[in-house]
Amino acid sequence: MTVELQAAEIAAKLEAALPGCTIESSGNTIVIKDEFVLKAATFLKNTAGLDFNYLNFLTATDYQTYFEVIYDLVSLEHNHKLVLKVKLNNREKPELASVTGVWKGADFQEREIFDLFGINFTGHPNLKRIFLWEGFQGYPLRKDFKQ
Amino acid sequence: MELNNQPQPEVYSDKILDKTEGEGIDFVKQQHQIQIEDPDSWQNEEANHNFILASADALINWSRASSVWPVNAGLACCAFEMISTASSRFDISRFGMEIFRPSPRQADLLIVNGTLTWKMAPQLKRIYEQMAEPKYVIAMGSCAISGGLFRNSYAVVPGVNKIIPVDVYIPGCPPRPEALLYGIQMLHKKIKKQKNFEKRKSA
Amino acid sequence: MALKTETFLVNAGPQHPSTHGVFRMRFILDGEVIQDVEPVFGYLHRGIEKLAEGLTYSQDMVFTDRLDYLASMTNNQAYAVAVEKLAGIQVPERAEYLRVIMAELMRISSHLMGVGFLTNDIGAFLTPLLYMYREREKILDLFDMVCGQRLTYNYMRIGGVSQDIPEEFLPALKKFIDTLPRFIQEYEQLLATNEILLVRTKNVGILTKEAAINYSTAGPVLRASGVKWDIRKAEPYSVYSRFNFEIPTGSKGDVYDRYRIKIEEMKQSIGIIKQAMEQLPQGEIQAKIPKVLRPPKGEAYGRIEGPKGELGFYLVSDGATNPYRLHIRPPSLLNLTPLRELVIGVKIADAMAIFGSIDICMGEVDR
Repeated sequence: MTVELQAAEIAAKLEAALPGCTIESSGNTIVIKDEFVLKAATFLKNTAGLDFNYLNFLTATDYQTYFEVIYDLVSLEHNHKLVLKVKLNNREKPELASVTGVWKGADFQEREIFDLFGINFTGHPNLKRIFLWEGFQGYPLRKDFKQ
Repeated sequence: MELNNQPQPEVYSDKILDKTEGEGIDFVKQQHQIQIEDPDSWQNEEANHNFILASADALINWSRASSVWPVNAGLACCAFEMISTASSRFDISRFGMEIFRPSPRQADLLIVNGTLTWKMAPQLKRIYEQMAEPKYVIAMGSCAISGGLFRNSYAVVPGVNKIIPVDVYIPGCPPRPEALLYGIQMLHKKIKKQKNFEKRKSA
Repeated sequence: MALKTETFLVNAGPQHPSTHGVFRMRFILDGEVIQDVEPVFGYLHRGIEKLAEGLTYSQDMVFTDRLDYLASMTNNQAYAVAVEKLAGIQVPERAEYLRVIMAELMRISSHLMGVGFLTNDIGAFLTPLLYMYREREKILDLFDMVCGQRLTYNYMRIGGVSQDIPEEFLPALKKFIDTLPRFIQEYEQLLATNEILLVRTKNVGILTKEAAINYSTAGPVLRASGVKWDIRKAEPYSVYSRFNFEIPTGSKGDVYDRYRIKIEEMKQSIGIIKQAMEQLPQGEIQAKIPKVLRPPKGEAYGRIEGPKGELGFYLVSDGATNPYRLHIRPPSLLNLTPLRELVIGVKIADAMAIFGSIDICMGEVDR
């Protein structure tokens, strides 16, 4: 049976390794600062006992004043999971580091978020629109999109 | 004799290909916002009265209607009802249509099934233009008739008849194979009423 | 005398007899060997995630049928599981058993199609496919008896199923299940020792275990590479914890392993349906929920094991009648991520076999 890990203990381990990165942790969700995404991802993948080697899905939500990017992580060996969230406050030019170096399955999903929300992922090998065509104006899944 | 093993220069830039495709799609979206007239004036025309031409017409129309060859251009879910119609239970081969040509240049009929998006619209127009006369179009399923369930979406064409003229509409979501066979019989009725020796209006 | 070669661009365009739906690949070829490939999606992008925010939770069930149109029952089940987790609804027992029977029948039908179209791509033009279609028509007749539809069922509801089964359903199902193993044996006799199939599928398109996990693949593609991961055993939903079944796993991760796993999974599904038919209780078929459902504020992720992999729905609710955000975890899109690595360096005919073995459905890739 998949165990949903308590975020508080994982947040303590993260804080010990990378001081200053967590903002809050409740239930099975940890919210971290956007500068620390790549380092936190590498730490969670490589630490023995955590071993989050499988990225289940990666998506984003628009909460009108900020964007929230959600990483759902699973460990196939130990059968436990964790949710990692990042909040982006800059609505004009949102930017985040890409995790394709850590989990290659994030490739198409980050392109989808760029296409539909407009969030720029730095370090992505091939960031361009995937579902809509080149020249489409606007980002459809934002709440203020008018067609 | 040595092969040229040096790395080839970047000949095909995918950014340029994407940009030209995007401009084509925007052009089609701008030009095709109103519905094209359905070619259904044949229902009110009278039969041919000239004896020689009438029997020649009957022979040509009978041979055309008995071997209409479709192009396989299945887009979404309705394509599977078309494949079921072509399988052994609802045999489409008894009407002479079991040969689905992959190339549009060798086909007579374009069955559009599934949702058409603006990104796919220039490709569909190109397939239609590559077919040789006489050619017919069937719009199968509610997404092809009017956009269906996805009509309010930002990326869906509200009906195939904005892009190409349609002869027969078959409603359903998806229509059963028996409904598709009934629509094909209506198309045969249309083909049998054609006049082949008059000047035809260009499509 | 020096011989000069040049690469050229071949477009396996959106309309092509060998691509499973509207999918485009731009190949850069040197002779017959592929140097680079770029998959282009989006020709069936209908904006389901945006449209779902404009309808209520019960009305969104119709969109889920059209995602993976070869396996509509499992899509319905995934959405129902996600909403029930968000709103805390308990489903009655009879409805759970009916859901399991429908889902396993759907799995058999989808795998028949997967194997049939793979053999179509390899070159056995239509013969195995028409044989598999014979069984699929019998399954579609059973679904027609229950809910009146052949392809997009909309049978499951939030809190249960929509209609009870008629009296003639169980005898017809028993007759079908008793004769199905003989037909699977017939297909194995036709295909399993066929030299052309073995040469074209063994050692082609090998996906290693580490790569399969890193690329987030799921379903038969992940299990063929040697990872024993199935949501029905790892996080059992519905009543799957009460049945005995095994999870077939491959060893090498080539096209032949992915084909074999589908045949073995069909046999396991027959066992599950037999057990479910014996244990089917009497009772209600739908829980009592309010007419307009307003789940409490929060978010939930519900997932099931579909025929193509793990299908999950991520829902965010703010207390209103419509979902604030609906995201679909698409197994076909994630199974396509290693395509570029698998296909570079092989001949173009093998690329079609590899692509056919991944078994995608474009409605799910593009949503």
